[in-house]
Amino acid sequence: MARKLLLEHINVPGINTLDVYRQKGGYRAVEKALKTLTPDEVVEEVKKSGLRGRGGAGFPTGMKWSFLAKPEGVARYLVCNADESEPGTFKDRYLMTHIPHALIEGMIVSSYALGAKTSYIYVRGEMMPQIRILEKAIAEAKNAGFLGKNILGSGYDLELYVQPGGGAYICGEETALLESLEGKRGNPRIKPPFPAIAGLYGCPTVVNNVESIAAVVPIINDGGDEYMKIGIGRSTGTKLISASGNLVKPGVYEIELGLPVEEFIYSDEYCGGIANGKRLKATVAGGSSVPVLPANLTLKLANGEPRLMSYESLSEGGFATGTMLGSGGFIAFDEDQCIVRNTWNFSRFYHHESCGQCSPCREGTGWMEKVLHRLEHGHGKMSDIDLLVDVSKKIEGNTICPLGDAAAWPVASAIRHFRDEFEWHVREPLKSLQTNYGIAGYAEPIAKAEVKQEN
Amino acid sequence: MSEKVKVTIDGITVEVAPGTTILNAARQIGGDIVPPAMCYYSKLEGSGGKCRTCIVKVSKGSEKDPRPMPKLVASCRTTVMDGMEVQNITSPEVIEARSGVVEMLLINHPLDCPVCDQAGECDLQNLGYEHGLQKTRYEFERRTFERIDIGDKIQLHMNRCILCYRCVFTADQITNKRVHGILNRGDHSEISTYIQTAVDNDFSGNVIDVCPVGALTDKTFRFKNRVWFTKPVDAHRDCPTCSGKVTLWYKGEDVLRVTARKDIYGEVEEFICNTCRFDKKKTADWTIEHPTHISDTSVISSNHYETMIPLPVIQEDLRLQEANKVELEKTAKF
Repeated sequence: MARKLLLEHINVPGINTLDVYRQKGGYRAVEKALKTLTPDEVVEEVKKSGLRGRGGAGFPTGMKWSFLAKPEGVARYLVCNADESEPGTFKDRYLMTHIPHALIEGMIVSSYALGAKTSYIYVRGEMMPQIRILEKAIAEAKNAGFLGKNILGSGYDLELYVQPGGGAYICGEETALLESLEGKRGNPRIKPPFPAIAGLYGCPTVVNNVESIAAVVPIINDGGDEYMKIGIGRSTGTKLISASGNLVKPGVYEIELGLPVEEFIYSDEYCGGIANGKRLKATVAGGSSVPVLPANLTLKLANGEPRLMSYESLSEGGFATGTMLGSGGFIAFDEDQCIVRNTWNFSRFYHHESCGQCSPCREGTGWMEKVLHRLEHGHGKMSDIDLLVDVSKKIEGNTICPLGDAAAWPVASAIRHFRDEFEWHVREPLKSLQTNYGIAGYAEPIAKAEVKQEN
Repeated sequence: MSEKVKVTIDGITVEVAPGTTILNAARQIGGDIVPPAMCYYSKLEGSGGKCRTCIVKVSKGSEKDPRPMPKLVASCRTTVMDGMEVQNITSPEVIEARSGVVEMLLINHPLDCPVCDQAGECDLQNLGYEHGLQKTRYEFERRTFERIDIGDKIQLHMNRCILCYRCVFTADQITNKRVHGILNRGDHSEISTYIQTAVDNDFSGNVIDVCPVGALTDKTFRFKNRVWFTKPVDAHRDCPTCSGKVTLWYKGEDVLRVTARKDIYGEVEEFICNTCRFDKKKTADWTIEHPTHISDTSVISSNHYETMIPLPVIQEDLRLQEANKVELEKTAKF
C-alpha cells in the first residue's frame, strides 16, 4: 500500500468531528508551528517540501508564499480556492466533506506562515452541504481555541470565514475569485499586478487550492524533507486524483506522484480497470481543460517508456504527445465513447462559463461549440475540422485569463489525436448518429501512433 | 523615478516616463506602429485589456531581464521597462493574432453599417477594413437583443456592441451611484442599466462618444444623415456645467448633432454636458471657431479639405520617415 497523507484516516467513523480528528493526531501541526516555528520557518519548510500547487498550474507553493509582499501596516490575506468546478475534478469536495478539519488546520498553519489575520475559504455556491460542514468545523475549532484571539497562547490571532460563491467556473481563476469575494462581478483582473502584490481589497494576497493547503499539515508534522522523499523528481508528495468515467471503481484516490498510469487504471488498489470488460480508448488526465490523449499515449510515452502520474511525465512530449496533470480529474473513456460528442460537451461547458470580458474567448468559445454541435449532429463539413483548429489557435494565449487556453486545448488535442473520428463523422453523418466510431487504432502500440503524428 | 526609460517599438526608439504603457509609448511615436485600441480609453480609468486588438509581441523584456514575454501582451495595460523591445506591425504573429481578434469581434456583430449611424466614424469599421477578412467564416445565427432606450436621448442597440466596457467606465466615472453595468456572461453578456433606469446625469451623453461602435447612439441624430455628408466645425459656448468646447456637425445651414471634440485616436478631449449635446442645436447658440481637423484617411474627408500634418518628431528623423512612408506620401499628394 502506498503512503496516504491526506486520506489516511478517511474511513475512521466521525473523522469529520474535532474530537476524533484530534485523537488521530489532528491539530498537531498547529501546535508545532505556532509554538516552535517562526512564520518564516514554516514557509521555508513548505519550500523544502517541493509542494506544487494542486489547483492545476502546479506552481511551487513555497515560492508563491515567498513572493508575498509584506509592506508595513497593510493587511495580508490568505484565500483558499474551493471553487472547484472543473468537469472531472471533485477531490476538494471529497476532502471538505469528509475531513473538513484537515483544511482548517492547513488554513491556520498557512495563515500563520503568511501573517494573515483574516482568511477566507471561497466555496462554490453549489456546494452548500460542504459550506455547512466547514462552518460547523470552524465553530468547533474556535471553541477549542484554534481560531480567534491569541491561538494557543502564542499571541497570534486568526479569523476564518467561509464565503459561498455564485457557482461560476470563472471564479476559480484567482483574480476573478478575489473580485467575486469583494462582491463584484467575477471578471478576471488584468495582471500584473499579481495578487501577491495587490490582491483582495488591494492588499497582498495568496490564493491556494484546498488540497495545497491541506498538504501543508503533513509537511509541518513530518518536515519538508520527509515530504520531499515521496514522489518523483520535482513532483513531490501525494496527490488526490478524482477518477471518473468508464472505470470499475471510480472515486477519489490518493496516489504517490510517480505512480505509472497503467497501474493507476488497472490495479485493484486504484481504479480496477475499465468497466464491463471493455478496452480503454482515451483519457483526460487532469480535468476537462487539459489535452485529451488516446489510450496508447496515455499509458506510454512517445519513446515507449511507461507514463507516470507526475507533473513532468504527463506533460512529456509537449502538446504533440503529452497532456498535463492539471487538477487531477482523471476521466477514462472506453471504446464505445464518442470523442466528438465529448469534445462538444466540453466546449459547451466553456461557452457557458466564459465570462465575456475579452473578445477571443467570449466569441470563440461559442463559435467552437456551434461548429462541434454541427459535427456531432451530422451536419458537419470537412472544412469544419480545420476551422476548429484555426479558431482554437486564435483563442489560445490571446486572452486575459487561462480560461481561453482551457477552452482551446481540449478541442485542438481532440482533433490532433482523433482526426479520423471527426472525419468519419463528416463522411458518415447518418451512421455517426446511430453508432460510434469505436476504438480504431487508438490503443495500438505506440510505434503506430508515432507514424500517425508525422502524417 | 523622474528618469526616462527607453523603449523600442518596431525599431523606433522613444524615451518615455516610467509607468507609461506600451500603447501610449507607441502613440508618442505616432504613425502606423500605433496598435489599434477598441476598449482602451485614456480618459477612463481602468479601461483596456479586454478587446485584445492592441496585442503586441515583447521580444525583449527589459535591459535587466532580456527574456521575451511568453505570450502576446495587451499593449494598453503593459507598462514599459527600460530597454524593452516591442514588435507590432513587424511581427507576423501579431498581425495574425490581431486579425483573429477582429474576426472574433465581427462574428456576432450584425454588420448593419448601411443603416448604422456610426458608419463612417466607427472604430470597428476601420479595424475591419485594415485587418478583417473579406468574407465571414461564421455560418450561424448571430445573437440578437431588443433595443433599449437609456433615458429619452440615448438608445442602446446591443446587437452591435463589442463589450468594450467603455460606457460602463464612463458611467462609473461620472456618477457615484453606478447605474450602468453588465448583465449575464459569455456571449450573452449585455450592457444594462437595470430595467431601463435612465442614466440620470448631466454628462450621460458622453457614453455615445466613447462607444467605438454604433451600440449607443444619439436619438436626436438617429437616421438624420450619414456622417460623411455632414461638415464638422469646432465651436464653443459659455456653458455653466462643462467646458463648452464641442464639434458641430452641419448639413447645409442646420446643426444636425453636437459631439465632444475628438483627438486623432478618436478619444474625446473633454467631456461635454447633455445640454450642449442635445439641446443647443442652433448656430446662434455657438461661437464658431474653425473647421474640425479630420484625418485624410477618414471617410468624412472624402468631401473635406484637411491634410495630415506629420508630427514634428517624424519630420526630423529619417528612420521615422521611412516607417511612415505611406502616410507621408499621402500627405504629399494633397
